Amino acid sequence: MVARAAREIKPGMVVNLGIGLPTKVVNYLPADFPVCLHTENGLTGIGPTLPPDQANRNLIDAGGGYVSTIPGSAFFDSATSFALVRSGRLDLTMLGAFEVAANGDLANWKIPGKFSPGVGGGIELAQKARRVAVLTTHTDRAGNSKLKETCSLPLTAKSCVARIFTDMAVIDVGPEGFALVETAHGVTVAEIIDATDAALHVPDAQLPIF
Amino acid sequence: MKLPDKQCSIADAIAHVKDGDTVMLGGFGVPGTPFTLIHALVRHGARDLTIVKNDANEPNMGVDHLLHAGLVSRLITTHLGLNSHAIELMNSGKIKVEFNAQGILAERIRAGGSGLGGFLSDIGIGTELAEDKQVIESHGKTYIVEPALRADVALLHADRADSFGNLAYVATAQNFNPLMAMAADCVIAEAEILLPLGGLGANEIHTTGVFVDHVAELGALSKEYAVVQR
Repeated sequence: MVARAAREIKPGMVVNLGIGLPTKVVNYLPADFPVCLHTENGLTGIGPTLPPDQANRNLIDAGGGYVSTIPGSAFFDSATSFALVRSGRLDLTMLGAFEVAANGDLANWKIPGKFSPGVGGGIELAQKARRVAVLTTHTDRAGNSKLKETCSLPLTAKSCVARIFTDMAVIDVGPEGFALVETAHGVTVAEIIDATDAALHVPDAQLPIF
Repeated sequence: MKLPDKQCSIADAIAHVKDGDTVMLGGFGVPGTPFTLIHALVRHGARDLTIVKNDANEPNMGVDHLLHAGLVSRLITTHLGLNSHAIELMNSGKIKVEFNAQGILAERIRAGGSGLGGFLSDIGIGTELAEDKQVIESHGKTYIVEPALRADVALLHADRADSFGNLAYVATAQNFNPLMAMAADCVIAEAEILLPLGGLGANEIHTTGVFVDHVAELGALSKEYAVVQR
């Protein structure tokens, strides 16, 4: 699924990869792929992740991972970093999710009573990137679907998600709700419908398999 | 003409912090966090502080020393995910926490340092972060009024400084430091290297010393500044 999500990144884009699973997408981009990765703590042009013994103590991404620069990288302060986000300069962000609703609502920052570390930069990424893709397992550890008719958790942003990459499927969020676009190798459409806690539009045509 | 000398010892500088003060701390994770000034603040012992920082560092690091010493009553921040101790204190009601969207916190500080009263933003509309905030219409759109944020004291970390308090940051250690440098009544910077006037070229400087009141040179850096081994 991470490899499939990486194909969503087109040449020339400015992209922010959220904390967690989306960070791994970078490992599936060819070394010479023309893209500018942004991190909220003040860097455009993120280079490869470094192990601790090669790390620069002053050079991290927003998740705290040690990263590097590439020719053309730039550093800036936090106000500039979010001016870039809010003014629509991000072509794409990929974020994790607790829940995604059929209208594109995203909940990924708080589980009341259990998990409330604060929203960080998530609201601005979700609300202002030109395209928001979610990268998540289709169900949580208890087997509950993360794709729902409506979100029950506090929202990160309303109607922001355009596409969802899961371990089972690629699903678009459109005016009609969830629409199946691709299926994972070895997963049936019936299994995807069963694992989705909302109406899922399935086109008549043969779907690509990833 | 000669620019004034603002060199100061860490202890003398930190003595400006009073009980009940709002104190801004630079840094995003380890980079740019003024760990030495934070230790000095713990020793100084001013209480009932409101701390403004992007995050609360990690357990037994940076901000967490202030929390352990019981000096903090309120934290204005964006994310505490790496500090389980801070989350415990928040959940048990021992500290009050105000979460801001990260870029909104940065911009509130920038406004505070720019002589502005605040700004209009649509970030968080329709979520619980917008609750209890003033909403206005402008040019046919709905906005939240985000008030400017200022502090009594800002504690910053710079890579290099000169005796006038001109500051230069490196890599992602810049983050909130140049914004907070403009938004406090008393601005104290620790610098890894403190140079005489002229040692920093005019083109290298991120923060003009006009914004800085006191600058202190760090000796050998403590382990807190080093790469975190996870």
